[in-house]
Formats: sequence, structure tokens, C-alpha cells
Amino acid sequence: MLTELVKFRRNTILAIRGLWLHKLRAFLSVLGIIIGIASVIALLAFGKGSMQEALDAIKRQGATNIIARSQKPPDDSATGSRSFVATYGLTFRDYEKFENISVLNRLVPMRVFPREIRRLERMHNGRVVATTPEYMEVNRLEMASGRFLVQQDGILMRNVVVLGSVSADRLFPFDNPLDQTIVLAGQDFQVIGVLKDRMPTGGSGGSQAAEDFNSDVYMPLPTSRRRVGDTIFIRTSGSRGAEKVEISQVTMTVDADVDSREGRQKVKAVGDLVKQILEEGHLKRDFAITIPLDRLEQAEETEQNFKNLLVLIASISLLVGGIGIMNIMLATVTERTREIGIRRALGAKRKDIVLQFLVEAVVQTTIGGILGIGAGIAIAYGVPFASSVFGYRPIPSAPQWDSMIYSFFVSSGIGVLFGLYPAWRAARLDPIEALRHD
Amino acid sequence: MAAIVRIQNLVKNYYMGDVTVNVLKRIDLEIETGDFVALMGPSGSGKSTLMNILGCLDRPTSGQYFLNDRDISKLGDDRLSDVRSRYLGFIFQSYNLLPQYTVVENIELPLLYQGINLNAQTKQRCIGLAQMVGLGERLDHRPLQLSGGQQQRVAIARSLVNDPNVILGDEPTGNLDSKTSVEIMEMLTGLNKIGKTIIMVTHENDIAEWARRVIRLRDGHIESDVRNRD
Ligand SMILES: Nc1ncnc2c1ncn2[C@@H]1O[C@H](COP(=O)(O)OP(=O)(O)O)[C@@H](O)[C@H]1O
Ligand SMILES: [Mg+2]
Repeated sequence: MLTELVKFRRNTILAIRGLWLHKLRAFLSVLGIIIGIASVIALLAFGKGSMQEALDAIKRQGATNIIARSQKPPDDSATGSRSFVATYGLTFRDYEKFENISVLNRLVPMRVFPREIRRLERMHNGRVVATTPEYMEVNRLEMASGRFLVQQDGILMRNVVVLGSVSADRLFPFDNPLDQTIVLAGQDFQVIGVLKDRMPTGGSGGSQAAEDFNSDVYMPLPTSRRRVGDTIFIRTSGSRGAEKVEISQVTMTVDADVDSREGRQKVKAVGDLVKQILEEGHLKRDFAITIPLDRLEQAEETEQNFKNLLVLIASISLLVGGIGIMNIMLATVTERTREIGIRRALGAKRKDIVLQFLVEAVVQTTIGGILGIGAGIAIAYGVPFASSVFGYRPIPSAPQWDSMIYSFFVSSGIGVLFGLYPAWRAARLDPIEALRHD
Repeated sequence: MAAIVRIQNLVKNYYMGDVTVNVLKRIDLEIETGDFVALMGPSGSGKSTLMNILGCLDRPTSGQYFLNDRDISKLGDDRLSDVRSRYLGFIFQSYNLLPQYTVVENIELPLLYQGINLNAQTKQRCIGLAQMVGLGERLDHRPLQLSGGQQQRVAIARSLVNDPNVILGDEPTGNLDSKTSVEIMEMLTGLNKIGKTIIMVTHENDIAEWARRVIRLRDGHIESDVRNRD
């Protein structure tokens, strides 16, 4: 065993030296493997990078959430009529039913309506969001100053509002908005807090429009019921038509862990339940249910498909690379027939010859693999860097370390696989004939 | 003295399609330990064939070959490699050094196949051998940087590194001029004096005169077997 190790080490050193002697040739013969591995590592990094962006966007929406929204029914018979007032959407009755679902951590109702907001002579066409205190947590909002809505605001139906950063800037460009008064729907409201700037959620997936929270104004839901009415009346811009909605959206958070199978099933079960409740209570399809988890799973599936495709491409390119190596090795064996004869005469066994050529092939493909990994890393980091240097949006890239480790072993494996036949051919040579060869 | 090589009824045939070429025809031969044998004969008489069998590179078609009283004729491929590695040293007409290796590395090569860990000590030994054959100044040269005579001296050093009983040379001076041939023969004589059994093929009578025993082959038979005067 020890002597085998000694031979192995010696063979490795000699193989590396032999390759160094024919640098260009060795490089060209493993070029296929270098390119194959480099492109897989780079593509995997870019694929993972853009997938990560999509997944992050979904997770920002909350993967354990189920979102029910009011939606104008598509087949409304009166859409032609210009002065029609459409009544549709989620109701407070629906909301009460949702409240009975036991596995919910919380549920956050929202009624959203555009309103003109005034403060002295200034005016802001913002979006009013009437909701409950949990809204802040669900949407991961952060306060710049003051506080968000609290339970008490709702119970007492206080006339208080929290401003998004843009709303605050518009209405209070020069002074601190806290404790000041704004006018909304003909009522005075006191500003109790201002939110920090927040990145808009990506509109990825299409079913959910991108949301910009920054120009919102928040008030307690009970306050809005009292001041604005049980249904909100939204004038549709550009026509005389209007819409009446009780609740625009309810975001329910399921008490589950989406990293586990059970957790995911729980979320889906609640999704089904919500759907059932709404289908029973509504004659028209005037609601929509969004389950971010579905999109998460879609994205994960897409990622898996992409990976599978990449593995296929990688296999093909590595097969081609491997055949290239085999070809070179066979030529090498012929070229070095005499050397094989000499070694055999000096005491080399067949397996020593196999070992020698196998080690040469493996050293070659492994070095090729390492170069490929290096090139892949360079591309995976270099392209985003270069694109940002030239002022483009940096291409998302997440180099995968496990892919590099796999690549390393795969490239060694290719050396074994495609070196075996040439090595066997070398070992099979008759020593006498090999010695006579020139 | 005991016979280090004992051959009985040795036959070697080559089969080429339907044709059987009977190269060695029932040869009996004993070579004593420490002898110095020259094998002569016309081209095609079977000298190289016999040397290959003696060198355990080939197996007889029939008959027995005892090396150190051990029957070699039936050994498998790996065992033959072991025998070559332990008991035999080779010197070839065309030197057969590995061009990519230095002088010292060429000398080291047989040790690798004995599974000996190459270390400072073995390296020192190889350097010693290189010095012995007069190449102490050229340890890091490669074969192509050396003359034919120098290359053959490296080959001699290489054949000695595993401390063999028998040194086999198939026309070791065949590619050398007469002055260099004399140097090589002096070297082989020196080795014979320290106890190595030497068997070599040669065409030339002047070279055969260095040996103590001259065996002539003709058509696969031993035609004559003479002892030179000392
Ligand atoms: N591998 C082989 N196949 C067929 N015939 C061979 C082979 N090797 C040698 N011979 C034949 O055997 C005879 C002896 O060859 P060889 O031993 O090389 O002679 P020498 O070395 O005395 O010149 C020659 O006739 C040669 O053609
Ligand atoms: Mg010959």
C-alpha cells in the first residue's frame, strides 16, 4: 500500500512536469473541459443570481401569506354603462369568516382608495390605506419618526394618520410632520408617524402589481368606516363610473414554516379554505386569491429545470472534452511506445503503466477543471462588475461553491473515465515489441 | 560455482498465421554465477530472442529456464516484472534512456518499480553511480545533451541501481565507435570483477574477446561454446 502511494506521488509529480514541458499542447487538449466547466459555473451563478432576486421578491411578499383581494368581475354585464356604480369585492362578512380560521398568525385587512390630501395650501394625491396595526409587520415597514397605528387608535376611532416618506415630503417639505394636521375627506387628521423609505415590491409574476408604499397614507380601519363609510366609493378616473368596495384586500399569515413540507401543505390548505369561503359567499367572481407560495414553488421548479438543463449541457460539453482527452492520450501512448517498453524492461508492471497514464490523464483534466473553475469564478464576478462599471444594471450573480467542488471532482472523474482506455492500451503492449518501436 | 542461469530444452516459436517460425531449437545452456559471456552468431540466428527470454521479457514456447534455481518459464506477467526488477539489469544497443529525464532521474527509474521511496539517500546512491561511470559533472543533463558513449554509461549506471545479479546487454557497443566501445567494455569488465554475471550479444570479435566465454548460435542451435584464455 505504501509503495503504491509512493508510486502515485511520483507519477503525479512526473505527470505535472511532463505537462509543463508541453504547456500549450496540454492546455489545448483540456480546453474543452476548461470551457465546459467555466460556462457551467458562470451560468449557474447567473441563473442562481436572477432566481435569487425573484425568490427574494416573493419572500418579501411573505411566503406564508395568503392574499385575498377585491377584483372587479371581468364579465360585469354593465361595464358598457358609463355612469354605473359597480359594487363588488370582499366584505366585512368575509373578513369575520377569515377571523375564524384558527391557524392564522394574523390577518390584516386593507381598504385602499385614492384621495386628495391637503395640508394648508399643499395637496397630495395619495393612496389612503385603512388598516390595522399588524399591517406594519406584514409589510415590514420601518418608522422614520413617531409611531405606527396601534389597536387603541382603531378602538377609539381616532383621526390619526401615518405618512409614507413621499407623502410626508410632499405635504411637509420644510417642517416636521409629527403632530401636525392634514385634511382628508373633509376631516382633520393628526400625523402620528412617518415611515422610512421603502423599496417598491417587484411586480414579478404579473398577478400582483408593483406596490410603492412611499406615497401612502395610513389610517385605522374603524376610523375609515366611520369617516368614509362602510363602503368606499372610488371614482374611476376618466369616466363617470364609480366603484363601491368594502375591503380591498385581506392579507392572512399562516402559522407555518415554508421550508418544511408540512408547513407548505398547511399554507395550501388554508389557501383552499379561503377560496372555499369566498366562493360560497360570492355569486360573482369579484375576488382574487394570491398565494405567494405557489409562485415560490414555481420559481423553485424553474430553477430546478434550469439546473437540469445545465447539467445536460455540462454533460455534453464534458463528454466532448473527455473524448478530446482520450484522443490525445491515445496519440501519446503511440508516441511513447518505446518509453513504455523501457519502463517494462526496468521492472514496471502492467498496473504501473496503467497508473502512470491514468495519473497523467487525471492530472491533466483536474488542472483543466481548476482552470475552468477559475475562469468560471472570474466570469461570475467579472461580468456583474464590468456591467456596473459601464453603467448597466449589474447582472445578478451568485457563484455556487458546491458547483465548484462538484466540478473539481467531475473533472478528475473525466480523467479516470477517458484515461482508462488509453492507459489500458499502453499496459497491454508487449514489452519486446514496444522496445523495438521507434 | 553454482549456475545462475540454467536452460533446458528451450524452444521458442513464433507463429505468423499458419506459418510457425522455429527460432530456438532445444537449447541447453548453463551460465555460472560471475561469468562473462559473449553471445555471437549471424544475424537472425536467434541471439536477441534468447536474450529476451534470459531477460524475462519473453517466455519460452517450451523447455525450462531457471534463474537462481527458480523456474521462470511459467511465471505470470507481474512476477516476471518483479524478477526483472530484482535480479536483472539491462543495457541496450540504443541506450534507451528516457529523454525527458535527467541523468540522475534515469538512473533512479528502476527503483521506482521496486517501490522504493525515492529520497535523499537513494538520490545520493544514484549520484554515486553516475560518478562511478564518470558522469559526476553531468547529473542534471538530459540524454540528448550527451554523446552516445556517455548515454551508454548512464544506461550502465541505471542497470546497476537495483544491484542485480545479472547484467544483460544486446549489442551494447553496436552504436559506438571502437574507442568508446573499449571504454564500455572496460567498465563491464570492472563490474564482472566485482561479481556481476554479464551476458552480452555482439557481432564483433574484438568485443567478444573481453568475455571469458563465447557462445555462438546458428539457426537456433548452439554452434560452439568456447572459453577464452584469461
Ligand atoms: N516477433 C517475431 N515474430 C516473428 N518472427 C520473429 C520475431 N522476432 C524474431 N523473429 C524471427 O526470429 C529470428 C531470430 O531473430 P533474432 O533473435 O532477432 O535474431 P538476431 O538477434 O540473432 O539477429 C529471425 O528470423 C526473426 O525474423
Ligand atoms: Mg538481434
